[in-house]
Amino acid sequence: MSTIEDISSRGPRLSKAATEPALVRWALTALAVAFLAVFLIVPLAAVFIEAFDKGVSVYIAAITDPMALAAIRLTLLTAVIAVPVNTVFGVLAAWAITKFDFRGKSVLLALIDLPFSVSPVISGLIFILLFGASGFFGPFLAAHDIKIIFAVPGIVIATLFVTFPFVARELIPLMDAQGSDDEQAALALGAGGFQTFIRVTLPNIKWGLLYGVILCNARAMGEFGAVSVVSGHIRGLTNTVPLHVEILYNEYNFAAAFAVASLLTFLALVTLVAKAIVERKARAAMRAAASRRTSGGPHEH
Amino acid sequence: MASRRSIIPGFNITMGLTLSYLAAMVLLPLAALFVKTTTSTWQEFLQTVTSARVVASYRLSFLAAFAAASINAVFGFLVAWVLVRYNFPGKRIIDGLVDLPFALPTAVAGISLTAVYAPSGLFGKPLAALGIKSAFSPLGVVIALTFISLPFVVRTVQPILQNLEIENEEAAASLGAGRMQTFLRVLLPTVLPAVLTGFALSFARALGEYGSVVFISGNMPMKTEITPLLIMTKLEQFDYPGAAAVAVVMLAASFLILLATNLLQWWGKRRGIWV
Repeated sequence: MSTIEDISSRGPRLSKAATEPALVRWALTALAVAFLAVFLIVPLAAVFIEAFDKGVSVYIAAITDPMALAAIRLTLLTAVIAVPVNTVFGVLAAWAITKFDFRGKSVLLALIDLPFSVSPVISGLIFILLFGASGFFGPFLAAHDIKIIFAVPGIVIATLFVTFPFVARELIPLMDAQGSDDEQAALALGAGGFQTFIRVTLPNIKWGLLYGVILCNARAMGEFGAVSVVSGHIRGLTNTVPLHVEILYNEYNFAAAFAVASLLTFLALVTLVAKAIVERKARAAMRAAASRRTSGGPHEH
Repeated sequence: MASRRSIIPGFNITMGLTLSYLAAMVLLPLAALFVKTTTSTWQEFLQTVTSARVVASYRLSFLAAFAAASINAVFGFLVAWVLVRYNFPGKRIIDGLVDLPFALPTAVAGISLTAVYAPSGLFGKPLAALGIKSAFSPLGVVIALTFISLPFVVRTVQPILQNLEIENEEAAASLGAGRMQTFLRVLLPTVLPAVLTGFALSFARALGEYGSVVFISGNMPMKTEITPLLIMTKLEQFDYPGAAAVAVVMLAASFLILLATNLLQWWGKRRGIWV
């Protein structure tokens, strides 16, 4: 901590009048780092310490247990369905919202964000009310022997709901800022609509799109509350990885619970690294686009 | 409905699919919640949502979310400040880690925080020696909610601080203001809308949180039972009208906070701070 200096090497150049004495800088930095250590770093480390508490063999046994493998399969299946569906939706919604003017746009934006402000438990509850035994479609589903609640379809549907806004809300501000000039040029030159999207729009939005997909996937694999409500916790059948962690924990099988939790933690760390890389690429692409635009140079992709 | 901006094709198909999917996936299910509450009478509804145990859960959820959002307003601002203004070793890793609560499944956060703050845990033990019960008490709920809503204030304040004109601070200094005075009179008013927006987002997220809290709170009715858990309990007892009634109250609260957040953002924009 002795090398804290002012930011003159990077970012805005701060004159002496616009910064604090070294001692204040040092104290504020130490306080901020201590806060993050207590709330982020210690809990993060605790997952791995607890996971290996009973040794490596217990760890391996916990993550290769047939019930754990079944949970991993279900979580992957859920993400493989939910992420592409909501990605396609996100692209369609962003296209409709950013390429055209229409009345009620801000209402539509608010509605797309809605799942973010609904408690996970309520996100599960609404599907019980629709598809549960005494729900609105319950009698119809029972008559046709279709099971949604306490079965895999319910888990997928609840995950679709909670991950609904991720891709759309990354793409909308990005595509709004980029405008439609590139697309208009391509169309004027005779390209078809779909061709324009693939050849012009997609290269422009690829980093934002990837960013949204990463966040969507993290939530799809990690969702707990909504999935917990509709799953019914049937081992080997309707248990996702987070639910499996809960069951092991409630059985006081702590080492196994943390071993399986460490897989999800590893996934979270991979997500953070991927997010950082994509952010850097997106910034670089934006700078390159800006310099192209000001210098009037040719577009290159 | 649309006034086409240009020759760009695809409005009908993209808008049609967007609205259909939105209606089927979000609007219809949420409407089901409100329709369900109409199956009970007004009296039954009021009785459910004002019963002692439910009111105790509102109080805990509201106060704990408020405490967590307040902690994050202060420390989130501090973290954003330090990340934007100072250099120190490991800064980029710290910056990346701030988003951990968004990426880490809430159940994992819950069991991990419980291990750390349990009476035998790393922080739980010294706190217990001081006579402070952290896990399995309302304080545990605040800790979990602080964790899951930690990134909001940092991420709303950080871009505002990055775009600040240093000249304003230099002008204040050259006019004889001390650093503290400059902070209070020049910096704070500029950053305040962003801090409040981050506070509102934290509060809204914390209010609905379930996964991390159920492990650390101990779930004692009237004492450490949050409202989402109470909805879960009613569901497990197949009391669907009761669960729907409490959910409608929670949803109304969330929408009010959402509205407040939008007003705050609008206020910030009007003051020309959002870039």
